[in-house]
Amino acid sequence: MRMRVVFWKELADLFGSKRFIILFFLILIVAGAAVYLAGQSLQENPPLDTSYVYLRLFTQGAGGLPSFLSFLSFFGPLLGILLGFDAVNSEFSRGTVSRVLAQPIYRDSWINGKFLAGLATLALALAGIILIIFGLGLYALGFPPDGGELARMFTFFLLGLVYLGFWLALGILFSILFRQAASSALAGIAVWLFFTLFFYMAAGLIADQLAPVALDSPPQEWARHEAIRDMVLRFSPVTLFEEATRAVLMPTYRGLGIVQALLQPNVPTNPLPLGQSLLIVWPQLVSLVALTAVCFGISYVLFMRREVRAI
Amino acid sequence: MLVSVRGLVKAYREVKAVDGLDLEIAEGEIYGLLGPNGSGKTTTILVLLGLTEPAAGEVQVCGFNPTREPLKVKRQVGYLPENVGFYDDLTAVENLRYIARLNGIPDKESKDRIREVLEQVGLTEVANRPVGTYSRGMRQRLGIADVLIKRPRLAILDEPTTGIDPEGANQLLDMIVEMRREQGMTILLSSHLLHQVQRICDRVGIMHRGKLVAEGTVDELGAKTAGEGVELEARVEGAGPELATALEALPGVQEVKLQNGRLFLRADSDVRAEVARLVVEQGARLLELRRRGLTLEEIYLRYFQG
Repeated sequence: MRMRVVFWKELADLFGSKRFIILFFLILIVAGAAVYLAGQSLQENPPLDTSYVYLRLFTQGAGGLPSFLSFLSFFGPLLGILLGFDAVNSEFSRGTVSRVLAQPIYRDSWINGKFLAGLATLALALAGIILIIFGLGLYALGFPPDGGELARMFTFFLLGLVYLGFWLALGILFSILFRQAASSALAGIAVWLFFTLFFYMAAGLIADQLAPVALDSPPQEWARHEAIRDMVLRFSPVTLFEEATRAVLMPTYRGLGIVQALLQPNVPTNPLPLGQSLLIVWPQLVSLVALTAVCFGISYVLFMRREVRAI
Repeated sequence: MLVSVRGLVKAYREVKAVDGLDLEIAEGEIYGLLGPNGSGKTTTILVLLGLTEPAAGEVQVCGFNPTREPLKVKRQVGYLPENVGFYDDLTAVENLRYIARLNGIPDKESKDRIREVLEQVGLTEVANRPVGTYSRGMRQRLGIADVLIKRPRLAILDEPTTGIDPEGANQLLDMIVEMRREQGMTILLSSHLLHQVQRICDRVGIMHRGKLVAEGTVDELGAKTAGEGVELEARVEGAGPELATALEALPGVQEVKLQNGRLFLRADSDVRAEVARLVVEQGARLLELRRRGLTLEEIYLRYFQG
């Protein structure tokens, strides 16, 4: 398989690149701080229920810092975009594309190799960060995680990988659409800002339009408003990821949206098995995988039909 | 025939880059594809490599159709693109090793081959420096090494001498001749720099607006363009209208023009001896007398000026 040759070459390039190293350590430091503080606050105020306490390292914010999960859903996309935004257009601008494609390889092994190398880089980075957090947890809490926690951690890892993979695929798509690496990076950052910051406002506005509410509106109208807002938000990969990870990392978590929140006091709070947690967020999981696949699919088709002579 | 193209048409949007091209190249030949920028040379090359799909026409390279079986063609064809690019942060050896791997050459074997080709193109001393530090001429030579590494049957070189100094260009051309002699490679090269191509090509084809407007050896082309007569150019010190009239009276001379102290003659046959004698007899000083329409440059200009 010639794809393997492309894969290893790209992997070596990505790992050696300064921007990857810089961003990796940035995320590591920020995430490490978040987890360390979460660990400290867990030590100071031990929770009544100590099951799944490792997972709280990831979901609990402390000392004014948001949780590791929030950091990952916010900064993770940057890592993905960074690895993808110049994957194809830099080869065009360096003039290497015609030389490489004149070798006996299929065009798709080239683009697939690039995508897989990016994905492998993300997987290694994410696994590295998670393992370091585990180490910190061991130090802060003083006892090892149990099997249930490990299974949930692994699920969380896969989920994070799909999420970062989506942003990688988006970066690669822009690297095909835009000839200049700078425009592609800017487009990627624009989409990132849109989904991480502005989309919440946009969802609120749409919900206000479709189901206007006032302070004295009956609860049913408020519920409708919130339901519409949640539905709109689910078009964003960021929301999908956050909802899915919440169910995976909080075993007592039973549902999403305002209706469930209102019901919460009447529902027992003992933890669910992993399979049941996954069942709650199955639609989110599938949508996230589908988004990644569609994004890469579009890049694939565009690249296959692209003229080598880039004029 | 190693390469045969029949009625090739390729359009980018509305513009027809190649419009009904016929081309045949025999094994072991050095064929020069000439033409101004935008005449369709690079497009033709991309079609030959299966890197772009033709709209119409039949193409066979090394016995395969490059559109349907691109891998079989690419295995046997080496390509040096115009403005060849390398991975700047990798060394020459690393760049070549990547290409060798893409060609399925095992690392054990490619190690020797890389050393060999780098020596051939004279880059052994800088082999372990990042390619980003290379000069234009060195990159071009590395491009040749890149073609040689896969030991192709056919090497396609797109504008190999563009942008490098005359000395470097000459070295590069010698290298190309060497490639053919040592490995029996067939070489197709495109260029708009005529005198260079003239020196090494067995046959040339002149492309204009996507068509081959002339083809043959340089001498054949010269004979063809000069078909309707012989053109002479004479540089004479103190040439005046009297001399021009005297020359016009010579038997066989059709027309004489005087421009910037140079005399341009058109005659039925080669009358250089007679012209020389007449000029000397008239007491003028003959500095230069040559037959026009023989260098490729002139053939080329004739095709594009009318």
